[in-house]
Amino acid sequence: MDVKGKLLEDSGVQRNVFFTTIEQLKAWSRSRSLWPMTFGLACCAIEMMGTGGAHYDLDRFGSFFRASPRQSDVMIVSGTVTKKMAPVIKRLYEQMPEPKWVIAMGSCATAGGPYVYSYSVVQGVDQVVPVDVYIPGCPPNPAALIHGIRMLQEKIREDGKRGKRVK
Amino acid sequence: MEKGIDERNQELIHYVNILKNQIGENGLEDYYINELAKHTPTIVVKQEVYQKVAKIVKSHPDMQFEYLTELHGTDFQTHMEVFLYLQSISRKRSLILKTKTDRDQPIVASVTSIWEGAMWPECEAYDLLGIRFEGHPNLHRIFLGEDWKGYPLRKDYKDENPLK
Repeated sequence: MDVKGKLLEDSGVQRNVFFTTIEQLKAWSRSRSLWPMTFGLACCAIEMMGTGGAHYDLDRFGSFFRASPRQSDVMIVSGTVTKKMAPVIKRLYEQMPEPKWVIAMGSCATAGGPYVYSYSVVQGVDQVVPVDVYIPGCPPNPAALIHGIRMLQEKIREDGKRGKRVK
Repeated sequence: MEKGIDERNQELIHYVNILKNQIGENGLEDYYINELAKHTPTIVVKQEVYQKVAKIVKSHPDMQFEYLTELHGTDFQTHMEVFLYLQSISRKRSLILKTKTDRDQPIVASVTSIWEGAMWPECEAYDLLGIRFEGHPNLHRIFLGEDWKGYPLRKDYKDENPLK
C-alpha cells in the first residue's frame, strides 16, 4: 500500500466515503429507474400488464410504465411484430430520448415465433430496432420478464464499469 | 334432430319459393341444407341477382334476416366464392347466402347498403383475396397496408419469406 492509501485508511475515509467514477454512477442511477413505454402488441402484453400489477409489482425495481415515448428509457416489445406494425415501432423508438434500450419479450419479438413462416410477420424485432435483451417464452411469465429487466440493469451497470459511453 | 331438419327443409323451400317469385327461376343456382354448418338452410345465387336477393332476404316479412354475422371470401381455384351467414334475431333463424364469381376478375356487388356490418368484412375479403365489392364506400386494404403486393389467401400466392 502506498503512502496515499495509508493516509486514506488512517483517516477512515475509505471506510466512510464511497468512491466511484461518474460513468458508473450514471449507469447505477439509470439502471435503477428504467421506465418502460406503455405499449403492447399481443398476448405477451397481458403478461407484461400482470408484471406491472400488484402481485409481481414491477414498481419495486424502479420501473414505471410511462404513457409517452418521450418519457421512456426502455421499450418492451411484447408480442408479434407484423410488417404493418414495424414502421410504427421504429418511429416510436426514434421518438424516445437517449439513452434508450429495447427488450424483445417472447419468441415472436425475438425471431417471429410460431408465425415465422407467415407472410405478414417480421422475423424478430431486431430487424427494425437494436435489441439489448431477449426473453424466451411463449409468453414469458412475469418472473421471466422481471429477470429480463434485471439482466438489462446488469448490462447497463456493466457498460458503465467498462467505460462504454452512453449518450 | 330429424324433425328439426324436416322443419328446416320446409323453411328452405319456402324461402326458395319466395325468391323464385321475385327474381325468377334463373337467378338461383343451388339450394340445400348445409350439413357441415349445423344444418343451416343454404342458398347459392348468381352474381347478377346477389344484391337483389340480399335486399329481399332482409326485408321480406317471412325472412327478415336483419343481422349479418359473417362475410368472407374463399378461393376455390376454379372460382371465387363470397359467403354470408345471416341471422334473424326476431325470428330466431339463420341462413347462408353464397355467390360465385370469376377468379381473374372477381367483382361482386357490395351489401354495405343493406347491412352496415359488411364494411370491414368486405375490406378483409378485398385485402386477402382481391375480390372487388362494387358500391363499397371505402374499400381499402384493412390488414396489410396500402403498399402490399398480391393477395395472400389466393392459392397461387408467392410469398417473399426466405424461410419458406
